[in-house]
Amino acid sequence: MTTLSTLRAKLAHAYRPFRQASRTSRVLIFIGLAIVLFYVLVAVVGAQLYEYEGTQYRVEVAPGEFEDLPQLEPPSREHPFGTTRDRFDVLGRIIGGAQLALAVMFLAVAFAMVIGVPLGLVSGYRGGRLDRVLVTVMDAIYAFPSLLLAIIISFMLTAYFEPGVVSAALAVGVVYIPQYFRVVRNHTLSVKEEPFVEAARALGAKERTILGRYVFFNVVQSVPVILTLNAADAILTLASLGFLGYGVQPPTAEWGYDVSQAITDVSSGIWWTAFWPGMAIITLVTGLTLVGEGLNDVINPLLRARGAAGKAIAGEAEEAGAEPEAAALDDAAVDRGTVPTLETGVENR
Amino acid sequence: MKGSSLRRYLLVRVALTVPMVLILLTLVFLLLRVAPGDPIKATVGARLSPEQIAERREALGLNDPILVQYGRYMAGALTGDFGDPVTDRRSVGQIIADTAPATFELAVFAMVVAVIVGVVVGALAGRLRDTPFDVGGRLFGIVIYAAPIFWLGLLAQLTFAVNLRWFPTAGRASGFDAPEEITGFYILDSIITRDWAALATTLHHLVLPGVTLGLVIGGVFVRLVRVNMLQTLRADYVEAARARGVAEGRVLFRHAFKNALVPIVTIMGLQFAILLGGAILTETVFSWPGLGAAIVGFIGSRDYSAVQGIVTFIAIVIAVVSLLIDVINGFVDPRVRY
Amino acid sequence: MTSAATAGAVPDLDAPALSVRDLRVGYRTTRGPLWAVDGVSFDVHPGESLGLVGESGCGKSSLGRAIMRLMPPGGVVRGSVVVRGRDLVKAPESELRRIRGEDVALVFQEPMTRLNPLMKVSDHFIEAIRAHRPDISKREAHHMARAALAQMGIPPTRADNYPHEFSGGMRQRIMIALGIVLRPRVIIADEPTTALDVIVESQILDILDRLRRDESVGLILITHNLGIVAETCDRVAVMYAGKIVEMGTTEQVFTSPKHPYTRGLLSSTISLETTELHSIPGYPPDLVDPPPGCRFAPRCPFRMPHCTDKVPDYAEPEPGQLVACFCYPGAGLPVPPGAPDPTKVGPEVWQ
Repeated sequence: MTTLSTLRAKLAHAYRPFRQASRTSRVLIFIGLAIVLFYVLVAVVGAQLYEYEGTQYRVEVAPGEFEDLPQLEPPSREHPFGTTRDRFDVLGRIIGGAQLALAVMFLAVAFAMVIGVPLGLVSGYRGGRLDRVLVTVMDAIYAFPSLLLAIIISFMLTAYFEPGVVSAALAVGVVYIPQYFRVVRNHTLSVKEEPFVEAARALGAKERTILGRYVFFNVVQSVPVILTLNAADAILTLASLGFLGYGVQPPTAEWGYDVSQAITDVSSGIWWTAFWPGMAIITLVTGLTLVGEGLNDVINPLLRARGAAGKAIAGEAEEAGAEPEAAALDDAAVDRGTVPTLETGVENR
Repeated sequence: MKGSSLRRYLLVRVALTVPMVLILLTLVFLLLRVAPGDPIKATVGARLSPEQIAERREALGLNDPILVQYGRYMAGALTGDFGDPVTDRRSVGQIIADTAPATFELAVFAMVVAVIVGVVVGALAGRLRDTPFDVGGRLFGIVIYAAPIFWLGLLAQLTFAVNLRWFPTAGRASGFDAPEEITGFYILDSIITRDWAALATTLHHLVLPGVTLGLVIGGVFVRLVRVNMLQTLRADYVEAARARGVAEGRVLFRHAFKNALVPIVTIMGLQFAILLGGAILTETVFSWPGLGAAIVGFIGSRDYSAVQGIVTFIAIVIAVVSLLIDVINGFVDPRVRY
Repeated sequence: MTSAATAGAVPDLDAPALSVRDLRVGYRTTRGPLWAVDGVSFDVHPGESLGLVGESGCGKSSLGRAIMRLMPPGGVVRGSVVVRGRDLVKAPESELRRIRGEDVALVFQEPMTRLNPLMKVSDHFIEAIRAHRPDISKREAHHMARAALAQMGIPPTRADNYPHEFSGGMRQRIMIALGIVLRPRVIIADEPTTALDVIVESQILDILDRLRRDESVGLILITHNLGIVAETCDRVAVMYAGKIVEMGTTEQVFTSPKHPYTRGLLSSTISLETTELHSIPGYPPDLVDPPPGCRFAPRCPFRMPHCTDKVPDYAEPEPGQLVACFCYPGAGLPVPPGAPDPTKVGPEVWQ
């Protein structure tokens, strides 16, 4: 009985920031989540439910007998999104592309976190020359055009690996390492001066313990927001790589690659080969971004709008309220130090 | 006193650029020279005999120890020698001179579009927080950034160039009216030669790719400007100004908006990197003969040397841009100078 | 209510510089309206300083801002605030703008962030001056700025510096200078020295004191620091849970406090003679759902059963000293025989 009530209390406590966030933010975050979950569903069950696969160009009508799929057929009952020049079913490729995109996104972000977060922790905590070197290196990487960097890494990796999910994920993920590094490092810098860390040190705790137990959990709260925004960006980068012909090996279903193949179709008035992959990219990225921005709003308690929530005081003419209290979405980005503002401006660049 | 602190700041800032450049160049070297292996073999190796390959390697200095190559590379990069491609007769420097102006014009045009869209929509969204305009503006910012540039470019091409025929589909200028190539910057060249037809066609060609790229970057701007606007709107000095009876319009403009703009320059600098990435995609879609298209071409033919040279150039440009931004900040924000 | 408002006032032929009646300040919250200030009345006369004290959350800061109607979105201000014959609560936006800075000035708590970092200090002055008197030229305004700064002890040569070039104390002085440059009738100082060190604090207080004496400016000093109120204010109003519970001259309130809360506050302050620590047990009430009757009753050691029946009126145990407590006759309910006399009980009642 008590565990249930404590669980409920914990959930209520976790849910409280949601209730205090402004209504628009909550709506946005739910819409975003719905979209993302939809794609996860598509990726997971789509292949089972739909009869055509992404790289399938013919159907086995009888054992050993194959019939080619129609080429460039407009959307029909049989092929709701039409077919491509290579006789692939567009919807099948969307589903396949969803699987690939989510897999790469997950791996890329995980990779960036696994490297960026510990480096940021250690660098922020230890300081000194290691810190200075790492910061300069990370800043240099951060300043570099991410797409170009991804292209170069992808290019470089093809000398060693077969192009595939893993190499694509690595190429895409490297770009995000500096972000995690920076945010975690900044946060660590402020946390390490806190009394509880000092106390732990005074008690003789090993650095590993301090970092792992005390600092990490404190610092990790800034990560989820970047995570979702990076995930959104990862999809875009993967698609861009695919469009240019890097990334995974054709004819693997990849949305960006499909758009590049559809370039010539477009001028002949064939729209479905380019349209659907593009829509898939836009919607999934938008969904992820909405979740990320909504999370921002909710997680950072300083930035919820005071006075915007709650019923109006009955019968009173309300003050227009000269300043919009607090802010929403991107404010946590401000705190993260990844958005330059008047306050953080130059120093934090 | 003000003068000397600014000067000191500038000197420090320039000095800090040096390690950044060195690190970037080292990274490029590691990634493109050390990691991938033999550039000759990768590109034309299939067509040449082993002796010819060895000859080429010797000519390009690829048999020297890595450190020597590194030294030569660094020295070259800092003096403007970016090496030679394997698959092209021109030196990389020449290739850059041929293609960079096109990319530069595209980038500047796009940046102007982005700033205008971003500042206007973002500032209004910040002021009218949580109104339909604000939500719409934010959604616009999010969705347009979510749209892949290449897809938008294709859509734009299809709609405005193929269907409506308002704009050309590709290229920088139409054949006959192309300006005389003096600097390579078509707008400049047209003005210098007073060739107004050339100017017209150049701008005409710039619109589609420039607006496409600019809108996407503008989407990012909208969010950043909005955040800054919100931040400054609730700033203490804004409340204090109101308490002094300063007119609301002036408070909004002079205290909130103007202050929100200060980081814009910094933001523009940060977007510069995204801009370059976007330029690569835009140039591919619109057959724009710029640096991005060149890189894509050389990567396609696996010409590491060329890629290395071009990327080196880009790295230096980035470091310079980063320096420029800090310099401008030094002029605009008095607090920075200390 | 008139006697309440002028409790302890120096008999003055001038009309009050600021007259507040039944001021209520409400905010919107998810749980319903929160009345941070719930029916406050007082007057401030020219050249007089009124100290407004209380714990955090008693509503004093809301009061300061609300007088000028500087409210966040969804906030409401009710009642009346009269300056120079105009009621600020009912005034339209344009009139409000004129009154702010010209008739009433507000000096904020955090001097570090109250000046626009990108504007020169002189520009702040020029902007404020020309907002109210557009006929004054920039040169003249600049001259006025230098004069105001000089009055605050800031060398006029520094008028064109940027805010970050000044220390906290100097910035606060600049803020005060900005407040007085248009010669307002009333200055509201909201915790003006809380963010500053003690030496600077005494300088600022001196300046404020000089202002009200030389310029006959009415001063409202909002603070939680009883010490500076005792030193610098003519009258004192003690706030608790959105209401004024005691008001009188500084002498009256500090040497013979009547309200149990005031007594508790004073006995919890620390001085060189302190041998034991006292505090008032419990916490201030939730103002979304305030307790019935006297709001201090739940924490009051002198609480009687009828204290929660209705909100006490102001009793006047001594001429000019007003106390909202049922322990004294005149508060609205008869004082039962055997009722406690808080003035006869020492600090030990707070354990």
